[in-house]
Amino acid sequence: MTRQHSIDASRPRFFTPGVWVVVAIALIGAAALLARFIFGLGRVTNLDNGYPWGIWIAIDVACGVALAAGGFTTAFVAHLTNREEFHPLVRPALLTAMIGYTFVALGVMTDLGRFWAMWHVMLPWMWQGNSVLFEVAICVMTYVTVLYIEFLPIVCERFIGRVRLPGALRVLNGPIDRLLRALDAALGRVMSVFIILGVVLSCMHQSSLGTLMVISGAKLHPLWQTPMLPMFFLLSAFAVGFSMVIFESLLASNSLRFKPETDLLARLARFIPILLGIYTIAKVIDLLNRGAGFHLLDGSRASVLFIIEFGLGVVAPFIILMVDRWRHSARGLFAAASLVIAGVVMNRLDVFLLAYTPTIETRPYFPAPAEFAVTAGFIAMIVLIYRFIVLNFPVIERLEEVRA
Amino acid sequence: MFALPANKASRSDIEARGHVKASVRNATFAREALSRRDFVKISGVCAAGLATASAARASEKQTLDADRKGVLVDLTVCVGCRRCEWACNNANELPHGELSDCDDQSVFDSRRRPTSIHLTVVNRVPGRDGAAPTFIKTQCMHCEHPACVSACLVGAMRKTAAGSVIYDASRCIGCRYCMVACPYQFAAYEYEKALTPQVKKCQLCQSRTSRGELPACVAMCPVEALTYGRRDELLKLAHERIDCNPDRYVNHVYGEHEGGGTSWLYLADRPFTELGFPELGPDSPAQLTETIQHGIFKGFAAPIMLFGLLGAIGKLSHARAAHTHAVQTEKVTP
Repeated sequence: MTRQHSIDASRPRFFTPGVWVVVAIALIGAAALLARFIFGLGRVTNLDNGYPWGIWIAIDVACGVALAAGGFTTAFVAHLTNREEFHPLVRPALLTAMIGYTFVALGVMTDLGRFWAMWHVMLPWMWQGNSVLFEVAICVMTYVTVLYIEFLPIVCERFIGRVRLPGALRVLNGPIDRLLRALDAALGRVMSVFIILGVVLSCMHQSSLGTLMVISGAKLHPLWQTPMLPMFFLLSAFAVGFSMVIFESLLASNSLRFKPETDLLARLARFIPILLGIYTIAKVIDLLNRGAGFHLLDGSRASVLFIIEFGLGVVAPFIILMVDRWRHSARGLFAAASLVIAGVVMNRLDVFLLAYTPTIETRPYFPAPAEFAVTAGFIAMIVLIYRFIVLNFPVIERLEEVRA
Repeated sequence: MFALPANKASRSDIEARGHVKASVRNATFAREALSRRDFVKISGVCAAGLATASAARASEKQTLDADRKGVLVDLTVCVGCRRCEWACNNANELPHGELSDCDDQSVFDSRRRPTSIHLTVVNRVPGRDGAAPTFIKTQCMHCEHPACVSACLVGAMRKTAAGSVIYDASRCIGCRYCMVACPYQFAAYEYEKALTPQVKKCQLCQSRTSRGELPACVAMCPVEALTYGRRDELLKLAHERIDCNPDRYVNHVYGEHEGGGTSWLYLADRPFTELGFPELGPDSPAQLTETIQHGIFKGFAAPIMLFGLLGAIGKLSHARAAHTHAVQTEKVTP
């Protein structure tokens, strides 16, 4: 269907040598996924009673949700505070969020022992309102729906006036076109509600994702275990949301060969040091308040993890972005964004896995090959789907110019 | 999105057409952003959600039954015969060998945790200065305010009026958040099952006690190290034992207050930290998360207010932009 649409010479090809590598990783991941569903969690993972959650929750879900935060942060800045200049960044961010959250759901399903009962979460008589996970689950499900609704106008735009079904299906061309036009017009009127709803839902579940580990009590190291976790998760989600938009924009311009929008990204990057600053102040107050700061000096594994996470993920990007010259260079922006992303990934890994110690440690957890394969495979699939949609739908403005 | 046209047109296009297009779009947004009707509509949806949620919550609220049961374990009495392990497996239809297998002392060489096929295990902690070792029977503690129950999103874990914390596989989705939440790490999982894994833990022999029988381990214990009864009476008994034999016991009933209290209570002759019992505060870990969660979402006030605030921000910023553009256009036109 989409292949039939005008393929002109200047348009980047889907398959490049690099893309074939990604395809291979995705296929290996798919095989591991199949093994998990045939043989069960015990045979393909290193999970046990001490470590019930492994990298599928820590990376696929916890990091996935955080790294998809660009969707709501950009929607807020571009639409709700009405900054015209940021509008070109909204669609790629929305696309990332949509694909990202879809794979968060797939990640959860892979990890669920009784995945076929997943729909219990939707049954009101099964709801357990005290559960933080319940709040996260309902919010994420609703938000995925909102993201798909937000993406619909792009689908409409792509196909309105271009519905060309082959053969006998040709009779449907007219009706489908009219349907798309009606949908587009209707969505235009209610979209503002969905955009606001998307921001509200994101704030709710991004913070609750932090509340999730509060119940683990002493199993989580005191450097991370705090009732303030929801606030830290929300703040870092804001910061990483902007960073992901910058990171992806620079990657896309490099991979699809158009000039990076450095000025625009530099303007967006101004928000990051403010957020990192607030995060730092809150973190220091929290550590002092709980008297947990002394753990930083005890030379333990946790203290090293914390110093790396905080130094590389918060302090270093803060400094880079405070220097005007660096902030206005593609290289500086890329470095700072990458550091914030790495810092947030490490933070989620620390909270969900690395700083989590079972009451009595049976044997340390290290992910099994199949766990790595599934996680890498999911990331590869995200890259492929992103690339396919970007090349076939009006998502990146500069790409449209290249094509025109 | 609000600004679909912006993406259709290239940026130079926008600049060429100047502010006119932008102002039109902004005005459109200002009109559409968050009409009162939309707001009422959304608030309605939220309120409905709130009503359901609070109804669900109210039904869950557990007032602990004064008559609830528990088990008192006197560690100074236990001889480590492991007959309770055998009785437990037997009662729960789990694999078990001959009763005489329990005499195998080599299992004490490593510290064990309950698993999906051993819901209770006895561990040995060496005695101080050549004194006799202490044997510790472990199993689900059946907390008064269980973190696993609070964590479970589909209500598969439940605290019964009789005091036991029981698991309902028909609800479970296998997320294992209950295991993350359990401060004792006593819940086990059937990882080896591909389709129907269950969380396995002591159910305080719910099926036996409902028929008036003793829990299997209690019934089996040859030295009466285990006493089954009303929790309040067990506490009284425990403190009486401490008071009558202050040299025999440390003055601490583990489980009276730990993590908000447990149905299983322990007496020992040395500090519980030495025996590997986790040190827990007087509140259940669930207390804190429920306070945070219900604090943030009380009456859905915060999300609804955020929704209103964002709507107002959107409306104001677009109205202001529209106004600025209108003024500019006026200036340019003459």
